[in-house]
Amino acid sequence: MIRAENIFKVYPTRAGDRVVLNDISFTLDRGEKLGIMGRNGAGKSTLVRLVSGAEQPTSGSIERTMSVSWPLAFGGAFQGTLTGLDNIRFISRIYNQDFKNNTDFVEDFTELGLYLKEPVKSYSQGMRARLAFAISMIIEFDCYLIDEISAVGDARFHEKCEAELFQKRADRAMLIISHDTSYVKNHCSKFAVLHEGHMRFYYDFDEAYGHHMHNLHNH
Amino acid sequence: MTAFSQLIAIRRSAAIQGRVIYALLMREILTRYGRHNIGFLWLFVEPMLFTTGVTILWTVSKSVHGSSLPIVAFALTGYSSVLLWRNMPARCIGAIEPNLALMYHRHVKAIDIFLARLLLEAGGATISFVTLSLFYIYIGWLDPPEDVLTVAGGWLLLAWFGASLAMLLGALNEKSELVERFWHPVSYIMFPLSGAAFTVDALPAAAQKFMLYVPMVNGVEIVRDGYFGDHVRSHYDVNYLVGWCVGLTLLALAQVAMIGRGITPE
Repeated sequence: MIRAENIFKVYPTRAGDRVVLNDISFTLDRGEKLGIMGRNGAGKSTLVRLVSGAEQPTSGSIERTMSVSWPLAFGGAFQGTLTGLDNIRFISRIYNQDFKNNTDFVEDFTELGLYLKEPVKSYSQGMRARLAFAISMIIEFDCYLIDEISAVGDARFHEKCEAELFQKRADRAMLIISHDTSYVKNHCSKFAVLHEGHMRFYYDFDEAYGHHMHNLHNH
Repeated sequence: MTAFSQLIAIRRSAAIQGRVIYALLMREILTRYGRHNIGFLWLFVEPMLFTTGVTILWTVSKSVHGSSLPIVAFALTGYSSVLLWRNMPARCIGAIEPNLALMYHRHVKAIDIFLARLLLEAGGATISFVTLSLFYIYIGWLDPPEDVLTVAGGWLLLAWFGASLAMLLGALNEKSELVERFWHPVSYIMFPLSGAAFTVDALPAAAQKFMLYVPMVNGVEIVRDGYFGDHVRSHYDVNYLVGWCVGLTLLALAQVAMIGRGITPE
């Protein structure tokens, strides 16, 4: 289970401190799938980084009693000047995984071929997403944090993601951020809308969607 | 929590941190030296070239250092020590930024990034010092050290001093980039004052006392005491140097913990 209690996150800006997350509390049980919607800059990615433990909240606490992935997102997690293989090696070392088995799976899943020996900074967004996704599939987590990763890549990649994540790992908890509301609808059982630092929870998608649409157009 | 389960938790954390530091170390080696030409051998070939160059320069110019020591021995002990305390801060200042993407993995902390770079830097300087010593001894330019343990002790103290200073400056630089701007001139000016280019005994008695307030001078003097034994009169205060190291380490750890809370991964 993940238990977040009274999370505040404040970022200093030139115009003074800005409260990005204002007193957010929630729990995510094993197997639960929470979809978060919100406008650009609402603080969704920040929330995911806090839940992952990569970043610390300004105040409040996050307790993790299951293993949680790093945020599967566009940026981050990879060192741009290292090759794809070197990054796999790095992540294998950190999570105590066997590098050789991992490369075979990643090569097969990403179909990146020779590009795996090129620096990651030369990859397209879709290639990066494929690599990030493949690596995170090697390491079995109880909870996956998915930050828009499904928004890039081609149809074939989407099909593979679907199979690996939502079929083979249907029993895992997930926290999904997406601007693709139908993606959220199809994969989540619990919904939240993040707006101006506050988060509201819904069990009914249509209600959450209505609230999200209202925020998009009326502010 | 019982003491036993605490011990298990600490062991697990130590294992994770060990893996992270090792992974970062390998990543540093790859990005710094790449896979071209001699690759990671540059780690110690570079400081060796530096030290050799300075040794030749000082030999040719018959540098006045005011002691009866051969210039080769003098340059090797002096310049190697400079590499140790000067390069570590240079590598830790600005170390976080290029690694921000890797901090997406929650086990990767600021202190691991610093420690990985420090290990690499200290390792390179040490291999360079040992290799050059053995080489000079082999070709007869240098006599073997009188007391290897004292040399090692002085070297370790210098490394500790450099490492704690490096972590402190590296952490402070995350708060203000002024640290980087100032460290270059300060380290440059400190070079002639660090004991690399003189022995304390050669100074006027009045200056000796003040010179020993510079912590690095004490370290270099210990290394030379071990190397040359009774051939030179060395002046140093071990407690004073250890005091500096402890103080800097505490300040550094406090600052590193503080910046860790404010880091936003890329």
